[in-house]
Order: sequence, then C-alpha cells, then structure tokens
Amino acid sequence: MAIIIDENTNVLVMGITGRQASFHTKQMLAYGTKIVAGCTPGKGGASVEGIPVYNTVREACENHRIDASVIFVPAPATKDAALENIEAGVGVVVIVTEGVPVYDEIEIVAYAKRKGAIILGPNTFGIVSGGKCKMGIPPNQYFIEGNVGVVARSGTLTYEITGNLTANGLGQSTVVGMGGDRAVGLTFIDVLKMFEKDDQTEAIVMIGEIGGNSEEIAAEYIKEMTKPVVAFIAGKSAPPGKRMGHAGAIIERGKGTYQGKVDALNAAGAKVAPLPFDVPQLVKEALGIK
Amino acid sequence: MKMFEYMGKELFAKYGLPVPKGRMATNPEDAAKIAAEIGGPCVVKSQVLSGKRGKAGGIKFPNTPEEAQKAAEEVLGMTIQGLPVQAILVEEKLKIDKELYMSITIDGSAKQAVLIASAYGGMDIEEQPEEYIIKRHIDPELGMKPFIARDVVRKMGVPVNSAHGKEIVKIIQILYKICLEKDAELVEINPLVFSDDKVIAADSKVTIDDDAMFRMKDLPIVDDRSPAERAAKDLGLSFVELDGEIAVMANGAGITMGTLDTLQAFGGTPKNFLDCGGGTGREATAKALDILFDLNPKAVFVNIFGGITRCDDVANAVKDQYEAKGGFPVPLVIRLVGTNQEAGREILASIGVEAFDFMEDAARRVIELAK
Repeated sequence: MAIIIDENTNVLVMGITGRQASFHTKQMLAYGTKIVAGCTPGKGGASVEGIPVYNTVREACENHRIDASVIFVPAPATKDAALENIEAGVGVVVIVTEGVPVYDEIEIVAYAKRKGAIILGPNTFGIVSGGKCKMGIPPNQYFIEGNVGVVARSGTLTYEITGNLTANGLGQSTVVGMGGDRAVGLTFIDVLKMFEKDDQTEAIVMIGEIGGNSEEIAAEYIKEMTKPVVAFIAGKSAPPGKRMGHAGAIIERGKGTYQGKVDALNAAGAKVAPLPFDVPQLVKEALGIK
Repeated sequence: MKMFEYMGKELFAKYGLPVPKGRMATNPEDAAKIAAEIGGPCVVKSQVLSGKRGKAGGIKFPNTPEEAQKAAEEVLGMTIQGLPVQAILVEEKLKIDKELYMSITIDGSAKQAVLIASAYGGMDIEEQPEEYIIKRHIDPELGMKPFIARDVVRKMGVPVNSAHGKEIVKIIQILYKICLEKDAELVEINPLVFSDDKVIAADSKVTIDDDAMFRMKDLPIVDDRSPAERAAKDLGLSFVELDGEIAVMANGAGITMGTLDTLQAFGGTPKNFLDCGGGTGREATAKALDILFDLNPKAVFVNIFGGITRCDDVANAVKDQYEAKGGFPVPLVIRLVGTNQEAGREILASIGVEAFDFMEDAARRVIELAK
C-alpha cells in the first residue's frame, strides 16, 4: 500500500522550468514517478523532459488529473504557489523550498487544513514510496521497496539512515520528509497514524532533532501503537540558544532538549538509537530478523 | 534577527504602543542631554542582545543629568556576557504600580502564533507557575480580534472596562499587527507596567524572522555574528561556532548535527557546525573549507552524503584548497559517498587523500588525528 503517494499518483511539478526543478524532474521520472504536468507562470506551452508546462495550476487541472504537486520555486513566491495548488484542489503539496517566512508557512498550513490538503514541508527533501513514486530531491539509489516506514524532519540525515537500511536489506514502504522549518504541514503523530494503518509497513523509523516538542507529543501516541518504533534524535551535542541549521532546531529556554525527547520516547516503548548507524540493527531486532 | 531594546521600542512607538520617554545614546554627553530633556529621575540601560543586564550592573538609575553622564560613562564600554556595550538607552524612570508580562511568539507544534500573557511579570516567564500564565493561540484566518484580547485581559484578572484593561486590549492588537507586518517571530514586553492609569512597555524584545528579511527593507540591521559566521552566511551556509577541536563540514542540518553527535560520542569535540547545504558548488565549498581552516582546528572533518551535492564538486574544492595552501596545515579526513562518488575519489587520490565510506570509521580516524 504505502502512504500518501504510490504508483498511481499523478504529479505536477511547480516551477518546472527552473534549473533545480528540471534536474529533479528528470531524476523523479527515472525513479518511476508519474509526472503529468508542470507549471511556471509565463512559460505555458513549453515542455520539460516531454512534460507539458502550464501557466496556472487550474489550467493543468483542466487537462489532467493532478493528485499531488511538488514545489520548486524561490522562497518569496512559495506562499502563492502553495495556495494556488491547494485552491485548485490538489490533495498533496510537497514544498521543497527553503527559507520561507514563518508567517507564510502558518497561512499555507491553515488554508491546507481548511481544504483538507496534506502539506509536506516547507524545507523538505520530499517523500518516497519505495520503488513506486518519489517527489522531491533524494538520491534515487538509496530508496527501495520494503516494509519499514520512515518519518523525518531533515534530509541528508534521512538519506544516511535510509541508505544504511537499504544496505542492510531493509526496504521502505514510504519515507516521509515533514520539513525542517517551524511551521510545517504534518506532525510526527499524523504520519505515525498513517503508518499504523498501512498494511505494508511493519516497523517505523522516526528521525527527529532537538527543538520544539513534536517528538515528545509523538511519544504519547507511540504508547498506543501496535507497530515497533525506532528513533534517532539529532543534536545531542548542540549548545542551547544556537540554531543548528534548521529554523526549528534550537533549544530555547530549556525546551526541546535531546534528553527530554529521548526520555519521552523511551518511556513510550520506542527504541532510541544512540547514533545514526545504530538504526538498522534496532530495526532488525524489532522485526525479529537475525 | 534580534533587535536591540531601543529599536524595539522605536518600533512600538511607531505603532502607537506606549513606551517611556527617552532615546538611545552612544556617548555620555548625549546621555546627559537626554536626561536634561526628561527632567527628572532616569534609567540608563545598556543595549546588548542578552538578558541579565541588571545583574551585570548594566542598568543604572541617575537622578540628574550629571549623574546620567557618569552612569553612561560606566556602562558604555562594559562587557556583558561577552558582549561590549556600544549604546545605552536613557529613559524616564517610571512610577511602577504593577509589572505584567505580554508576548507573541511562534508555536511550531500548533503551527500558529501564540499570545502569552501574565499579570505577574518582571521575571523570567518560565519561572512563573502555570496557573499565572495565559496562552491563547491565534487563528491566522481570524487574526487578533478585540473580543479575543478582551478575553485575555479578563483571564489576567484585569477589569475589562478599567483604563488599564482597555489599554491592554489595544496593546495586544498592536503586538499582533507588528508580528504580521514586520514578520516578528517574537515580540515580548517584560515588564509591561501599570503607571497610575497608564500601561507602558518598560522593555522590548523583538526578533525578526531571518527568512523574511528580504521584505523588511525599512528595519535597521543588527549583526551580532562572529566573522566566521558572517563569512559562511555570505556563502549562503549556516554556521555556528563551538569550542572544541575538530572543524566540521557536512551537507544538511540533520546530518551535520548527527556528525557532531558522533564525534562527541567517540570522545572528540567539534569546533563548529557548518552545514554546506545541498547543491553547493566547487567554489563555495572551497571557501567554506577555508573558513574551517581559519578556525585553527586540530583537524578537519568533511562528511558528505551527496544527493544534490556532487562528490566531484566537493573533491575539487578539497583539491583547490590543498593546492592554494601548499598542503593542509592540519589533517583532513573526508567521508564521501553519493552522486558522482567515483569521480570524486579519483580527484582526491590525485592529491593523496583517501575517502571513507562510512561516517563511523571516518569519525574515529579524525579524532585519532586530532590528538
């Protein structure tokens, strides 16, 4: 099954004529993603990798069924692009763009909630349903089909950990990047609930980091889950008050610490990997693989 | 971007939010002049981006212009938590009947802004018992409506129809307006004071969203970064200086944190956090390496898992640095996998650098070399 996207998902690429977007359109097509349309205002009628480009999302929707969009536009234009997709009725919007102002994010997330759309990001690597569909920017070769669900806030760390899973023969149902910013569309709980219901997923890897309290909130739900959860939390060595790259990765006023998150997860019965490369062994143990 | 107290107050004043009489000065003579204009007891407050100014002796209470001049002489040039005092704020000394607390900040879990208020201000809000703190999330579609502000005032225990109550209702709405129009991720007034029938912001803490600076053309710029942080920012990279021995560069915030954690777990100490991002090209990567060597570390650790980032770009950057410096001043250990991995390794081999496959092995090696 996988969650959020699969082999039947029709994808639109927002900003498809840009340098990064056209490169990643090629990579996504190579992974098997069904990209049916692109959109760049003013570039309607063009084509990128054989994909037709439209001026507006509504125009694309008049010509194709669009299930999901992936946004590659500069930060100042991201709010408009995201709202355009949600307004047109696109159900899944993946926002790769980094550096989006937080009040823009709040507006996007609120509108998506009202319209029932799923938002990944901003500042996400995207989402991959192993062997079926990839939206976003992760390198193709590290993502294979399997029964491990992965949910994360950060990109390259997810490649590192998913790459280790793949090297250990542990494929993935879906790898979900929620985004590294403060106001992103989904929470760990939202995604854990989807994995709990998904037939293909048998174990879940949760990759968190210092800052905020979404890991602690997730721990409350993990207590009720039937499927095993293995977690890694980045930022154990981070000093308080310093923003570690991601806007959300900061220990403020004693909140969002490494230890607080690890304690909450341990208490919920999740297994916490001390270092990124300890994850595969814990997943194997959780799945009863020797 | 954090703003100095006086900048925050200037912003408040522009929006009609009451602040004490006074202004900023950078020398004792101006301080005396401002005190004379105020014509009574004053406060001289050091302007640094840190709390605990009072405890450090950075706040004084002169009664005359002469005393204000002397106070300014003492405070200007002080160092508070490592920060030199380059400016002071000279203000009227308020008659304080009561201290309250008011702020708006971002709650990432709720994906909304949140108003935090308390009838008990003046100290750190985190030290207040929960029952004294009122939190009200702000629905972005509804905004900060007068009825919400009135309800917060009620919960603070201030009569809604009193002069104070009416004033706070206005202040709450102004604060949210500032947040939206100035992309402020934090506006804090602590304390907000009752002074006879007036309500006045006795302090200000304002932080502007760095990601929104592109549309904040009319704000003053406060740059409190170290030279290395500034150099990295100019390259579009995020950098944090730490106090260990091993300089670190990785690509992505999460993996950079994971790299620092691994070093620490194995007994090493990171000298910095440098996320060279995704898709950073050869030239910028070479400059980033230069920043690392300038930190005078005992060793340099480069940890690259190439997705958008191409291994050959990174390898060429390492080679450029090697050639520019006539060899590395301290050992460099690199873990290099992902896009164009083979091409990258050939380039490294040409200067005698061997790349590791796994972060674990590379981390152990760099710690050994840093000893």
